Amino acid sequence: MKRRPVNLIFGAALVALVTGAALLSLVWTPHDPVALNVANRFAPASATHWLGTDQLGRDVASMLMAGARTSVAVAFVAVVLGALAGVVLGLTAAALGGLVDDAIMRLADFGFAFPALLFAIMLAAVFGPSLTNAVIAIAFVNVPTFARVARAAAHQVWTRGYVLAARAAGRGRLAITLDHVIPNIAAPVIVQATIEFAIGILAEAALSYLGLGVQPPVPSWGRMLAEAQTLLFLAPHLAIWPGLCIMAAVMGFNLLGDGLRDAADPRLARAR
Amino acid sequence: MTGPFRTAALALALACAAALPAAAARTTLSIGFQQEPTSLDPTADATAAIDGMLGQNVYETLMAVTEDGRVVPNLAREVAVSDDGLTYTFTLHTGVTFHDGTAFDAEDVKFTFDRAMAPDSTNPTKGIFAPIETVEATAPDTVVIRLKQPDGFFLFNLAMGDTSIVAPESAATNATQPIGTGPFRFASWTRGDRLVLEKNPAHRNAAEVALERVTFRFIADPAAAAAAMLAEEVDAFPGFPAPELLPQFEADPRFRVVVGSTEGEVILALNNGKAPFTDIRVRRAISHALDRQAIIDGAMYGRAQPIGSFFPPHHAAYVDLTGHYPHDVARAKALLAEAGVAPGTELTLRLPPFPYATRSGEIVQAQLAAAGLTVKIEQVEWGFWLEEVFRNQNYDMTIIAHTSPNDLGNFARGPSYFYAYDNADYTALWQAIRTEADDAKRFAMLQDAQRFIADEAVHGFLFQLPKLSVARREIVGLWDNAPVLEQPLAGVRWNG
Amino acid sequence: MAPYLIRRLAGFAATLLAVSAVVFFVMNLLPGDPALVILGIDSTEDARAALRAQLGLDDPPLLRYAAWVRGALGGDFGQSYMFKVPVADLIRERLAMTLTLAVAAMALTVALALAAGVYAAASHGRAGDWAVMAASQVGIAIPAFWLSILLVILFAVVLRWLPPGGFPGWDDPAGAARALILPATALAVVQAAVLARVTRSAVLEVMGQDFVRTATAQGLPRRRILWRHVLPNALVPIVTIVGLQFANLVTGTIVIENVFYLPGLGRLVFQGIANRDLPLVQALVLLFAVAVVTVNLIVDLAYLWIDPRLKGRVG
Repeated sequence: MKRRPVNLIFGAALVALVTGAALLSLVWTPHDPVALNVANRFAPASATHWLGTDQLGRDVASMLMAGARTSVAVAFVAVVLGALAGVVLGLTAAALGGLVDDAIMRLADFGFAFPALLFAIMLAAVFGPSLTNAVIAIAFVNVPTFARVARAAAHQVWTRGYVLAARAAGRGRLAITLDHVIPNIAAPVIVQATIEFAIGILAEAALSYLGLGVQPPVPSWGRMLAEAQTLLFLAPHLAIWPGLCIMAAVMGFNLLGDGLRDAADPRLARAR
Repeated sequence: MTGPFRTAALALALACAAALPAAAARTTLSIGFQQEPTSLDPTADATAAIDGMLGQNVYETLMAVTEDGRVVPNLAREVAVSDDGLTYTFTLHTGVTFHDGTAFDAEDVKFTFDRAMAPDSTNPTKGIFAPIETVEATAPDTVVIRLKQPDGFFLFNLAMGDTSIVAPESAATNATQPIGTGPFRFASWTRGDRLVLEKNPAHRNAAEVALERVTFRFIADPAAAAAAMLAEEVDAFPGFPAPELLPQFEADPRFRVVVGSTEGEVILALNNGKAPFTDIRVRRAISHALDRQAIIDGAMYGRAQPIGSFFPPHHAAYVDLTGHYPHDVARAKALLAEAGVAPGTELTLRLPPFPYATRSGEIVQAQLAAAGLTVKIEQVEWGFWLEEVFRNQNYDMTIIAHTSPNDLGNFARGPSYFYAYDNADYTALWQAIRTEADDAKRFAMLQDAQRFIADEAVHGFLFQLPKLSVARREIVGLWDNAPVLEQPLAGVRWNG
Repeated sequence: MAPYLIRRLAGFAATLLAVSAVVFFVMNLLPGDPALVILGIDSTEDARAALRAQLGLDDPPLLRYAAWVRGALGGDFGQSYMFKVPVADLIRERLAMTLTLAVAAMALTVALALAAGVYAAASHGRAGDWAVMAASQVGIAIPAFWLSILLVILFAVVLRWLPPGGFPGWDDPAGAARALILPATALAVVQAAVLARVTRSAVLEVMGQDFVRTATAQGLPRRRILWRHVLPNALVPIVTIVGLQFANLVTGTIVIENVFYLPGLGRLVFQGIANRDLPLVQALVLLFAVAVVTVNLIVDLAYLWIDPRLKGRVG
């Protein structure tokens, strides 16, 4: 029982740390994260370079801060886009039922069946890798999840007595959706969004790691990892920091999501 | 244990360790290769690993190139060229058989050439055969090739894997069951893992071939390559992918590290058909903005030679032009201003997925930024690069290594080639070089060509791609340099 | 039940057809000519045209797609452009790697998760529970490719116990096993973190039921109650998640094989896309899709079987 606030507090703290670093990097980083200085490559941690420098002499701490910005921005835009599209589809399916419902759910199945990673690779191959394409790929993958969550939650609302009464009184499907369904599904959608945010950060890192995400010199945790991987024998520490950052960010949003879910649905929390 | 005794024990242990391989007189060799072959037919696929593993080992060609770049007879015992440079008469070795037991004679040579020259031929370098008028087998051991015009590079080209001599009985299945005449025959191939060759006892030089069995291991990951060498799982890595790890191997007495030469010029290619690079002042500004040594230090950990034009430094006709446009940011800025290129102008740098390109890219980006240009990097895949950059000329700049020998002709390929460089004077000069049979005269013209291209600042010329090899110290006969893609193993043996 | 099943099976077929159509047309949209990729930058236009004709690339896409579907229905997935052998052979060669990796990772996942989950439930509310839950939060948040790198640093670079990547071939079973330890672990940790939580809550739920209280009151040993009575009754949700996770693991191998340079299907699909090898990519994506859709279908059917009340609501 005591864990509930712990999740929420710990998650919120991590999320605040990551977004704080991202926002701060807009105005200040210890060094210019893209300034090269090959002569000073692989410098150890020091008062000037808190976490040392990488293979091109860039300041690792500054790159991590700027990388937070990239991660948070990509995940945020992708989740908002994916949630909008998914919720609209889910609400439509629930409201209309029948064939439309069937069609939308099969579409969601298709979205699940298509390996997300391959979709991203192909998108990058058609249009060239970029930040925008990474966002689109991640958003696309989010759509079926949000569609299912929204539909399931909406379904419950549609079977409630007052909604049935409203139907009987001749209220239109759109009006009912706007007045009764949306307010009642906000909680599960927001919880899902928090969790998808974590998945989005993980996905951005994975895409950049595979060279499909943001392009140099824009710092990205995933690309830092990919570059560090070729230097494992020389500078293993370069592979540690970006991974820790990804982990902290993902854990933060996951814990926040769990905490919010517990708060929204105390029954569930008791079972856990 | 006292000091001297411990030293003696250590010396004894080292002596034993050193003596072990010698006592066994090893005849097997395991070679690491970063690239994996897609098929085993060099006459149908341009993948470099096919030539690297099979060229001159399984397949042979009429001529061969030696490690120092000379062209010598191979399957041809001797070659006579007519005074007009149009008729080549090849006298072939007799008694040669293919690995499947069928005999090799002049008809096989004719078959090979006819197949490569046919309208439906899918030979990756069909241009090699373009100057050929006719190929005739005048006797079982004589082939006469007539050319439409003289070609100074014809014999060199007849040493390329694209002209591997194949037999009509086996040509169709060479992609998976390679049949050649070489000193090694194909034993097995496990895709994604290894390719095994074994000695061909029927080869004319079999007595001099020391190795009984050669295993090529495909190891794409640089860290895995280093680990495999350190663990002695592979004996040699002729194209070692990690220049940053060489000091570690240099410090290890088990290994020999060589930085050899290749034919690969790494260039910052500029799209000469597109503004602002249509203006020579902008191209010169780029050359002034580049600091080659910094690029070599940053991307290659110092293991490469800078180039000032499009020609390999190990070649006898090489001219050092690296000082032609010295690194001078102020001059670069002035030239850009003169050409009307505003500071902050955005240019795209499309990088193919090769470490030399991606590693150089970020440094080039920073150097051009210092001269006031905003460079947007796009790391693209190879298929995308081929289509968009190479075929559609849809790019501003790219970084690419040109690994073919004698490729100064690229600048004479006109506006349809991805350089989009078109200069009638140069095209005429190249035509003269191409048809000049006399070495001294051709070398002089090659030097003119290098100066011409350098002065025109067609591209940013960066460095010559090195051939980094790491091998066990006891191995002798491995090629240090790579004048061609082939890695001949007939002369390789374990010393001791 | 029967109409539902028919509807689901029809949906299954439709999904696969849609996946194959999307892959086909996207691969056709990709900039990059397979003939140019195979023949390289020194090739002439007529040689490339000849190769395109040979590969059958000159027909209109719709016609080629129809031909592909016809072939696929008869079990013929065509010939790989780059390897020049039937796609089915290539997949057969590499399936062993990917399946072995996925099965090994799954076994490790189940072993880790059951042990940790049951332990956590048994020590509910105490330090052990708290530690398992915290560890699983960390496990869920670790990117598998970063965990791979960490494992490589520790076991291959520092300790030199295991190879950092690559595969010695099945002829060397000990070497093959060594090469699979790190990738299987990297795959398993994330999944085990999820499964451990599911196991814990399922076990907790069963532990609250009457028959367990009775058994405890009768003085049966705690360990015996847990493993003999509680766990079997908690298995249904666990098995469901395991099924879903197996699909995750199969697609997860795509990344892990590329991190460890293992010659499996995941690496093959990357090579196929890079080389514009349409028949190969087509067959592989379809295979991954079949894995995911089949598992989804089985899980849905399992739900129906567990809880017939759902019948009215599924679909």
